[in-house]
Amino acid sequence: MEPGTVQNLNLLLQFGLPLALILFAYFIGSMLEKRHFRSIGAREDALHGFPVTTFRNLPQNWQVGQAELVTGNVVVSLDYFKRIIAGLRGLIGGRVKTYEPLLDRARREAVLRMVESAKSRGFDAVVNVRLDTSRLANSRGNGEGTAGVEMLAFGTALKLDGR
Amino acid sequence: MDLGTLQGITLSNIETVPGRTIVEFYGVVTGNTVRAKHIGRDLMAGLKNIVGGELKGYTELLQDSRLEATERMVEQARSMGANAVINVRFATSSIAQGAAELFAYGTAVRVE
Repeated sequence: MEPGTVQNLNLLLQFGLPLALILFAYFIGSMLEKRHFRSIGAREDALHGFPVTTFRNLPQNWQVGQAELVTGNVVVSLDYFKRIIAGLRGLIGGRVKTYEPLLDRARREAVLRMVESAKSRGFDAVVNVRLDTSRLANSRGNGEGTAGVEMLAFGTALKLDGR
Repeated sequence: MDLGTLQGITLSNIETVPGRTIVEFYGVVTGNTVRAKHIGRDLMAGLKNIVGGELKGYTELLQDSRLEATERMVEQARSMGANAVINVRFATSSIAQGAAELFAYGTAVRVE
């Protein structure tokens, strides 16, 4: 083999591989994100008309039969490409657009899971919905390793008499 | 996760159990659990971390842990003679690398 070819191969391994990984992560990541947003949209439409509120006081005319706590949670992480973009954003500051859709869809997913769990158990409404966001620690001490963000939605599900 | 009525104790995150009357207060009850991720789950999550999106292993882990924390809280409420825990709150804190504390607290009461 000529020395030039070996050098080229080395170059390819050093830069090509991470680049391929970034591109792979970008395409698969955005594809999954689009699909998830479609699924969220469809499920939110299906739950249209199911009362979900952040009030703690109930409307006067509600006759409550049974009450129970319901929860929904989801842990998400950013893809490789977006993490790099967010890292670069950190240098100049400003709006980190790559994080916004991730947190948005995670939160909506958590709410959907909570509401779906309430509906499947025969409840008619969910009141006093609270949302919590917490960051999970990295699995390795140097700040590397898997980390995620958990979204938790919880509220009180109600069975209403006369419904 | 079926948190709703754990072993006959009604939970709610409002100051009342809607549709019922509170007859007695027993005070604050708490329950916690500290969990570390296990290596198999972490490996899968590490792979999933490349493309992003939901880390199902962690979602389930936290769900189970929260259920356990809630069960401990309910156990405490039962030992006091309560039949409901109202105004339930949850908290999560990362206390060490790879480990998290899940914490549930509320007010134990007796309702009619």
